[in-house]
Amino acid sequence: MRRRNGGIPLLLLLPAALGTLFLVLPLLGLLIRAPWSDIRQQLSEPGIGAALRLSLVTATLATAIALVLGVPLAWVLARTNLPGRSVVRALVTVPLVLPPVVGGVALFLVLGRQGVVGRWLYEAFGFSLPFTTAAVVVAETFVAMPFLVVTVEGALRAADARFEDAAATLGADRWTTFRRVTLPLVAPGVAAGAVLCWARALGEFGATITFAGNFPGTTQTMPLAVYLALESNPPAAVVLSLVLLAVSLGTLLLLRERWLGRSGVPAA
Amino acid sequence: MRKRPLLVLPAVLALALAGCGGSSGSAAAGSSSSGTSTAAAKLTGTVTVFAAASLTGVFTDLGQRLEKANPGLHVQFNFAGSSALATQLTQGAPADVFASADQAQMDVVTKAGLQQGEPAVFTQNVLEIAVPKGNPGHVTGVKDFANEALTIAVCAPQVPCGAAAQKVFAATGIAAKPDTQEQDVKAALTKVQLGEVDAAMVYATDVQAAGDAVQGIAFPEAEDAINAYPIVVLKAAPNAAAARAFEALVRSPEGQQALKDAGFRIP
Repeated sequence: MRRRNGGIPLLLLLPAALGTLFLVLPLLGLLIRAPWSDIRQQLSEPGIGAALRLSLVTATLATAIALVLGVPLAWVLARTNLPGRSVVRALVTVPLVLPPVVGGVALFLVLGRQGVVGRWLYEAFGFSLPFTTAAVVVAETFVAMPFLVVTVEGALRAADARFEDAAATLGADRWTTFRRVTLPLVAPGVAAGAVLCWARALGEFGATITFAGNFPGTTQTMPLAVYLALESNPPAAVVLSLVLLAVSLGTLLLLRERWLGRSGVPAA
Repeated sequence: MRKRPLLVLPAVLALALAGCGGSSGSAAAGSSSSGTSTAAAKLTGTVTVFAAASLTGVFTDLGQRLEKANPGLHVQFNFAGSSALATQLTQGAPADVFASADQAQMDVVTKAGLQQGEPAVFTQNVLEIAVPKGNPGHVTGVKDFANEALTIAVCAPQVPCGAAAQKVFAATGIAAKPDTQEQDVKAALTKVQLGEVDAAMVYATDVQAAGDAVQGIAFPEAEDAINAYPIVVLKAAPNAAAARAFEALVRSPEGQQALKDAGFRIP
């Protein structure tokens, strides 16, 4: 904020403008090609409401699970000296680079009816995870949680550790320090990670359709509905995409306002 | 489309199988396809064939036979779902031949006026029930698709194999209780291969290409929903002579035998 005057250098402005265009033009394409004249009819198609509800519920559940498991994981990675930490860090980010469809197959091999763990569950309790709403949540969590872990770990590393040291010298144990000092300190980072995780879960396609299958009302989320609409009715696919886009953009803007609005700076 | 390494397995198997079948008949292949090419003198350059994914094994084999008979000719394929191919063609993709897995997608192309001559049906594919090896769900026929205790996969009604399955269910009055509606036939088959579903409704050719991990159960009601495959040379074909030679090879007794060996039906 020191150098406010002097304007923006052209060498930064030009790529920034190009980057914005590149990211925004496809969205404009959706808006331009949308069948506005019969959009009301397309929106009243049965199944859209169910798919949207399922998407929102599963993405939110996946984010909740990712918060419960991912924040402690990020803390362990950032604040401890456990052996093999760097290996663990590399491993938990694997879902970021893994094609989601491969992730879905991998989930089958572990949690499927014939999977290493799933086989035991199936034989002992007759419980089979694939093709259920729970499987959608599992697939989304698998793909989206690394986004939260990476973001929160970054925030923890950037946070000033002296506050934690001070708390420790004042007699707080590590749990109390984490709860009363660390967590409030990195709250914006956790929020940014959660939003990123939620957005990724909402758009998840590959792992979901592979591991959870596709059935309206049970496992058919919005991205799956869009993909199948594309096969038979492209205008409907455009409308569905716009609905998903509007809902996710609206949610993200709302949350940004509430959590990050004051500083405008994501993470700590 | 996202590529999925495991799904390539059946295609590779199909190629291997087709390759085995092809090598024994390659002498005959050379003579008959060179017969078709004499009229058009020597075929050279590249010919591009857009074909339904289910034709991957047979067409790759037939393409190699045509190349062998015409040194200097390169046959290039784009295998994908017929609807995706039809969209690419109407958007101006350069191609010489289009082979569709159903009439509806061929209609998309002919309505756009992209064809040269009339499309001809060259083969048929019939539905079959695919079950994992050993048939753990004890599936015997199409009526088992109404059994809620079984885990069942069908294709989504938006894709041709799903539309055909719906036709079967409607004709038999069976209220199917699928657990998942897959985005294409290979995805449905993969779930059988992994043993995650008790049964799936796929094409007979898919069962054959899947190898030992999958068993097929033919059912009489499938006769109500046979898919006819039309082929056509495209108007804007950059290599029309080679395109006609490929079409002729597919419709020749040799091509028909190769299709039959892969599990297709001959009309």
